Amino acid sequence: MSIEATGLGTVIIILAMALVTLATRWGGVFVMSFVPIGYRVRRFIHAMSGSVLVALLAPLAVSGDNGARLALLTTAVIMLTLKKPLPAIAGGILVAALFRQLWPALSA
Amino acid sequence: MARKEATLHRLDRALVWDGFKALLPISLFVTIFGIAFGLAATQAGLGDGTIMLMSTLVFAGASQFAALELWEPQIPLFTMMVTVFAINARHLLMGATLYPWLEPLPPAKRYGIMLVASDANWAMATQAFTRGRPGLGLMLGGGIALWCFWVLGTWLGLNVGGAISDPASLGLDMVMGCFLLAMVVGGEKNLRMLLIWAVAAGASLLAFYYLPDNSHVVVGAIAGGLAGLTWGKRDHEH
Repeated sequence: MSIEATGLGTVIIILAMALVTLATRWGGVFVMSFVPIGYRVRRFIHAMSGSVLVALLAPLAVSGDNGARLALLTTAVIMLTLKKPLPAIAGGILVAALFRQLWPALSA
Repeated sequence: MARKEATLHRLDRALVWDGFKALLPISLFVTIFGIAFGLAATQAGLGDGTIMLMSTLVFAGASQFAALELWEPQIPLFTMMVTVFAINARHLLMGATLYPWLEPLPPAKRYGIMLVASDANWAMATQAFTRGRPGLGLMLGGGIALWCFWVLGTWLGLNVGGAISDPASLGLDMVMGCFLLAMVVGGEKNLRMLLIWAVAAGASLLAFYYLPDNSHVVVGAIAGGLAGLTWGKRDHEH
């Protein structure tokens, strides 16, 4: 089911996002008040929460321009060395901007 | 020991205020992420009111950035909900880990605190509990601080966003990608996680090219989750 991204449609989408997020915030506590969350479920959730980000990023890296790829590479390298998200993100953006300004022909 | 444990779930106005102040330094970064989100959302074609509503009600950065990826004239509702769920599923674990200290509280307080559950205040609260200090003030007060600055940052992003004509030439289309990647790389890293990520990336790419639009996020997340499930079992049971 698709919803049109105008007027009421956007409100419905945002309410749905808010309800799902609220369910995740309350769900862990709610379930625990009946049965403890088991080891296997914990493993699945833990693996899934990282995987969803990777799943979002993979097509971005493969189908993006060279500026995008260099940006992601820069972020990963800074994050691995400095372990601080802000310089990593800023570095990635800066590299994409510089690369696209200096070598627009190579970007595509 | 038992008496000390019993006071750890304490929650009064002073503790909430202390928690608020403790999360203020991190809130600066949250503001900057908020600005980035406001900018990215404007680029994605969302209206100002829509963007503010989302930051106010959803209050979960990574899933909001991801939602922008799915924001087209026709938005797939189910895919959106599954994507948001998968990204925010870590909140389930936060609630589960805090449960021992939330249990003595009346339900209204218990669920009230969890309204503002987020990575930073949860991490600080957990740290406080392991050191034998009360953590729920950090959870609630800190969460309120994070929420305020996330909304403020988003608003700032909307108001600087209009001044930029070609965001991609400034690299601003990469804010979301770099932010999500920083979250991935900043998380747990070991051979097991790398293999899980490889499974997730492979499944996502296959779905991206061969399955219907926007299915790649859900497919990749579930594939990665299953990989983690089957691979986690081995070292636990043997």
